[in-house]
Amino acid sequence: MKSSVIVFPGSNCDRDIGVALEKMQFKNQMVWHKEAKLPKSDLIVIPGGFSYGDYLRSGAIAGKSLIIDEVIKAANSGCLILGICNGFQILTETGLLKGTLLRNKNLKFVNKDIYIKIMNNNTKFTHKYKNDQILKINIAHNEGNFFTDQKHLEELKKENLIAFKYCDEKGVFNEDSNPNGSLDNIAGIFNTNKNILGMMPHPERMVDEIISNRDGTNLFTSLLN
Amino acid sequence: MIITNQIVEKHGLKHEEFEKIKKLLKRDPNLLELGIFSAMWNEHCSYKSSRIHLKKLPTKGKQVIQGPGENAGVIDIGDDDAIVFKIESHNHPSYIEPYQGAATGVGGILRDVFTMGARPIALLNSIHFGSPDHYKTKSLLNGVVSGIGGYGNCIGIPTVGGETKFNETYNENILVNAMAVGHAKKNKIFYSKAKGINKSVVYVGSKTGRDGIHGASMASAEFDENSEDKKPTVQVGDPFTEKLLMEACLELMKDNSIISIQDMGAAGLTSSSVEMASKGGLGIELELDKVPCREENMTPYEMMLSESQERMLIILEDGKENAAKKIFDKWDLDFVVIGKTTNTNNLTLKFNNKIEGEIPIEALASKAPMYDRKWIRKKPQKNNLDIKDLKKIKIEDALIKILSSPNHSNKNWVTNQYDQSVMCDTIQKSGSDSAIIRIHNKDKAIAVSVDSSANYCKSHPLTGGKQIVCENWRNLITVGAKPLAITNCLNFGNPENQEIMGEFAECLEGIREACEFLKYPVVSGNVSFYNGTNKKNIHPTPVIGGVGLIKRFTKPLSHNFKRDNSKILVIGKTFGHLEQSCFLKENYSILDGMPPEINLLNEKNNGECLLKLIDKNLVLSSHDISNGGLITALSEMSLNSNYGAKIYKPKKLTNLFKYFFGEDQARYIVEIENNNLNVAEKILKDNNIYYEIIGFTQKEYFELEGELKLPIKSYLK
Repeated sequence: MKSSVIVFPGSNCDRDIGVALEKMQFKNQMVWHKEAKLPKSDLIVIPGGFSYGDYLRSGAIAGKSLIIDEVIKAANSGCLILGICNGFQILTETGLLKGTLLRNKNLKFVNKDIYIKIMNNNTKFTHKYKNDQILKINIAHNEGNFFTDQKHLEELKKENLIAFKYCDEKGVFNEDSNPNGSLDNIAGIFNTNKNILGMMPHPERMVDEIISNRDGTNLFTSLLN
Repeated sequence: MIITNQIVEKHGLKHEEFEKIKKLLKRDPNLLELGIFSAMWNEHCSYKSSRIHLKKLPTKGKQVIQGPGENAGVIDIGDDDAIVFKIESHNHPSYIEPYQGAATGVGGILRDVFTMGARPIALLNSIHFGSPDHYKTKSLLNGVVSGIGGYGNCIGIPTVGGETKFNETYNENILVNAMAVGHAKKNKIFYSKAKGINKSVVYVGSKTGRDGIHGASMASAEFDENSEDKKPTVQVGDPFTEKLLMEACLELMKDNSIISIQDMGAAGLTSSSVEMASKGGLGIELELDKVPCREENMTPYEMMLSESQERMLIILEDGKENAAKKIFDKWDLDFVVIGKTTNTNNLTLKFNNKIEGEIPIEALASKAPMYDRKWIRKKPQKNNLDIKDLKKIKIEDALIKILSSPNHSNKNWVTNQYDQSVMCDTIQKSGSDSAIIRIHNKDKAIAVSVDSSANYCKSHPLTGGKQIVCENWRNLITVGAKPLAITNCLNFGNPENQEIMGEFAECLEGIREACEFLKYPVVSGNVSFYNGTNKKNIHPTPVIGGVGLIKRFTKPLSHNFKRDNSKILVIGKTFGHLEQSCFLKENYSILDGMPPEINLLNEKNNGECLLKLIDKNLVLSSHDISNGGLITALSEMSLNSNYGAKIYKPKKLTNLFKYFFGEDQARYIVEIENNNLNVAEKILKDNNIYYEIIGFTQKEYFELEGELKLPIKSYLK
């Protein structure tokens, strides 16, 4: 499986996702944002970080960059797209995903391990997980507070487009288990065709027992098969 | 323009220093030249009060590749790998503008590390605030923590550890020390020493603005009630540009284009060009009209003294300009040849083809003033405390008082604002004795810890100086790392005051003694004097950042108890030294007396023996005993664990407060499985190490035989 990781000035989780993809046996390429052509890829990853320093608004400038036109084209032809953290923010800026990510509710950057629950395992990204499976996963963001309009929220629920929700160790959704104030504890969403996933948590940080755990691996193995 | 006494004074130069300038130049300086002298001769850049003492520190060892004097220290960790690290203060700017002050502190130290060819892999910090009740503390704390996080998170280097402390001595002068650690290939270290004549001097990075002019001079004077007016001298950080600059520099460093490279830190273009030329024994000529400027009509004076961030000066090999420029173009950074090296041994500054200033390099560097300031030795205080005279309290209450004090309480509020996991090599984060960082793609790791003991240093600087080195060394040992070298950040008050100078000299004597004995050399560091406001000086606060090596990494050794019913040992002797302890401070507000004595032989033997036990996989968890004594360390081991402990009644020391809260040094708590106990005891005995088996781990309860029994879940958490 061929993957491409788009690198913007200010991306800083590009190496991490690159290492994770290679570890999981993807044939990965790093693609600099100024390149006008994307290599042929089955998966495009937009990594975390602070593209363009998050100036103006997180993801806003990257969302208008040259390579993004190629990403949109690829997305429309069914290529799998994964946006992690800043990548999720960029995807909402391009319109590939609806909704937006606001400043965390407590106005502070937050980095810690939290819990999320798999809400739909019937997708190319999640089929190796069980429904309702709880993952311990790392988050690191300042703007992860997912928000959208009522209509989109209804659609997300009805069409089963919510990928993950923040919960506690036992799987309970409530305010305490919501680290950033996200609407309905939403941690990640799909587009209608379910070929695009945007998520705030970092699965690439959870593929190595020595530094954390392996709760993120099944996301990658799902994509492989 | 005639240089009046008033102008000289405004530049922070003493009358006799001005006379010396005239003598060196054999004429009066113009304003530009005076500004340059003031930038190079201030305390911050010239180390004029400290040099004479710093020279005494041990800086060599077979693990040392580069000691003090470069942008950062470099040590050998085997194979091809080198670790580059340094700690630096940004106290004055952070007090005036906490967010930017702290942020640019992080930015500056990162540049010191990647300038040498290392990719930064970890950030740490030591931040000290006034009393939590002081009206400024909350906003300063907020600003500093956001600033540290804002910079490190954006650039994508994990902030993995450090210390956040409170003490009223910092009410009007906080401390913000930032440490960066990088990894480089041993044969690809870059230095600042210029070589060769007529080589291109290249300016790269951000444009120059009017920010930070005379920042280094500000850091070389005490604060007064008008300190707020100094806000414009604080630089503004841009971590995004720094990220680009870092990537561009590291890319350029892959081949052999660079002769020398130096970041523009304190005193910006001035100090970087002078340092490169002085180390190389050359001259340097700059055409200032070529300097990329952010603001219009900047004068040579402003350009030379600006402390705008995220800039570097590079001396390139002939013919490499085009290829190098391509890399900086890719990263959207300025790249301009602004001058050349010369054989004149002068700093020559041209503007619109006219020479605006010309100063012999040695006048700025080696001939800068050096003072042997008068100092007085601190008299040892008497320990006349009798514990029987104190009001009776319960052990449980005393412990809770310590654990809930600002200096001991959980700091997740702080550390959760730092990205500790980015780069995916953080094995152990803050909250442990040391952070552990894996060397990317290898099975070895380094341990890093930052420590200080201002109260000990205040009461007896010589002992205090020794103690922090030892505590830092212990913190590396307990995670199974062999301590290799340290960097130090020496935060003191006004050196013109003999008592303060004495604190400095004696702390350094202590650091020297301990480093020499433990073969734990100092490879980099920074001195920050004039920490005080209106003649009120801070406690002497040397901060030690140590790096150790874990050769083959298997699993992290944390201080949490790991199993049920394993034995708990204390390595090292408990005497029950209570003076200067947290116990007396938190429960009785007693601050007098001497700190615990340091026995370097015991430190060395106990530490090295514990490393042997760890290397033989005999240790389940270990923790050094420091502030708060044995009981505090034990409860910290239960805190994030499922297991508590049952501790026997002490056999020798009958006063329980002395036994549990005494802060005797050279001690460790070690958890050892019953099956391994015999082997471990044999090793301890063979090495003549004093130890005691003080109890065992158990589920659910933290128990002191016959004294207290507390469920760990409800009480410790």
